Amino acid sequence: MSEHQDIIRIENVRFAYGERPILDDLSLTIRRGEIVAVMGASGGGKTTLLGLIGGRLTPSAGKVFVEDQNVPDLSKSALYALRRRIGMLFQFGALFTDLSVFENVAFPYREQTDLSDDMIRTLVLMKLEAVGLRGAAYLMPSELSGGMARRVALARAVTLDPSIMLYDEPFTGLDPISVGIIGRLIKRLNVALGMTSVIVTHDLNETLRLADRVVVLSAGKVYCDLAPDEIRISTDPFIRQFADGLPDGPVPFHYPARDYVGDLLAS
Amino acid sequence: MKADPIELLTSLGHAVTSRLDRLGLAARFSVAVFRVLGAVFLRFGLIIRELYFSGVRSLSIVIVSGLFVGMVLAVQGYEVLQRYGSTEALGVIVALSLVRELGPVVTALLFAGRASSAVTAEIGLMRATDQLAAMDMMAVDPLARVIAPRFLAAIFSVPLLAALFSAAGVCGAWIIGVKLIGIDDGAFWSQMQASVDVRIDIINGVLKSIVFGIAVGLISVFEGYFAVPTAEGVSTATTRTVVTSSLAVLLLDLVLTVMMFRGLN
Repeated sequence: MSEHQDIIRIENVRFAYGERPILDDLSLTIRRGEIVAVMGASGGGKTTLLGLIGGRLTPSAGKVFVEDQNVPDLSKSALYALRRRIGMLFQFGALFTDLSVFENVAFPYREQTDLSDDMIRTLVLMKLEAVGLRGAAYLMPSELSGGMARRVALARAVTLDPSIMLYDEPFTGLDPISVGIIGRLIKRLNVALGMTSVIVTHDLNETLRLADRVVVLSAGKVYCDLAPDEIRISTDPFIRQFADGLPDGPVPFHYPARDYVGDLLAS
Repeated sequence: MKADPIELLTSLGHAVTSRLDRLGLAARFSVAVFRVLGAVFLRFGLIIRELYFSGVRSLSIVIVSGLFVGMVLAVQGYEVLQRYGSTEALGVIVALSLVRELGPVVTALLFAGRASSAVTAEIGLMRATDQLAAMDMMAVDPLARVIAPRFLAAIFSVPLLAALFSAAGVCGAWIIGVKLIGIDDGAFWSQMQASVDVRIDIINGVLKSIVFGIAVGLISVFEGYFAVPTAEGVSTATTRTVVTSSLAVLLLDLVLTVMMFRGLN
């Protein structure tokens, strides 16, 4: 695979919140056009990884190349130029609550382009049609269900036709129908717009259906990097715990504590 | 149990350094906000919206408060002035009190309670719900799009509201003094006209208001921007805005009054 096709290259990255290490010498490469799912235990650094790719966080060591630019080295203007080619869907949508659905989707056009109001109207309605919510254009975010809000946020994230999409827990808190809709939209947008997608998620079923590769993080490193089919048949206890949703295993059920009986009998 | 002196010293050191840290953060934040102000002027529509929310919607509380304060000043002033037989000076006393002190100070305090607290809560909630992060990821600087317009709205609103507060106060004093007590209408206005100086009184009062607007505006956006993204964090930030703004206004008023009026007369 040539360098040019590696759209994201993370090399030996370390990151810590204060004293607590999150990522420890992590390396990962994502190729153009791929849908890569990143999984792992809560607090395992998945969202941190998206923060590093988007330049919202700075690693304490290592390099994060996006389209051959080392993100932590970029000036603010260069970083903003790069972010115009990156879309991000936040966990709960992060819609602007004081703007209507239409204005939320129009926001990137109004801020980043000189398009006329007529042109913006046409483009926004096309984006909303793509997520099935053209009829909700003039509702306020408070009037939307969780699934609808996530779809509007998705429409807003792809307004400028980004080459990379970052999804932070796109399925969290949604009913099964909405999960299916969002999953299909992610796949369709990835193909239609020729994007590369990085999805941080806990939803294994949906992930296995739509991802090209599944990267599992553990102890701040890449534990494994497998195709969905390989995950399905893996006998690795850690992967099985994830795949089968087992409460206890390599990821312990109990938070570290002193002896139970001793704790109960302590005065 | 006897407190460990080392622990005491550590906690004292931590308290001092954390406050210094926050002060440094506030200074860096202020510089960053001032750097984007120029660009925000080019998009005046953003400021107009905030002027409406912070300024126009504070009009009723400011005008009503001004009216009552002016009335109370008239009642109290008349009571003292009649002992010296100079009740015609009521207009001067009230006007100077309002233009020099009460107008700028009380308006800034009312603004902190009515508008700045709302700005802090709004920005804090935008942070808690990732709206600021989303904006930043869309390559739109939240400092320029969200923070600076709200800050500028405070700088414009406070002096204008203070002027209205003083005007309402003078009207209140006129109602009590002239209409109810019966002081001579001509003396009330002419003495006021003769004694209130544009430079010493009015311009200094406006300058005070602008400084208070800067202080109250910066505190509200700073507390909102760095609010802990939880319900408790936003409520703490809102309270802190009102308390810090009020103290800052009173402290700045003392400093400015000493600088402006010391050595006059």
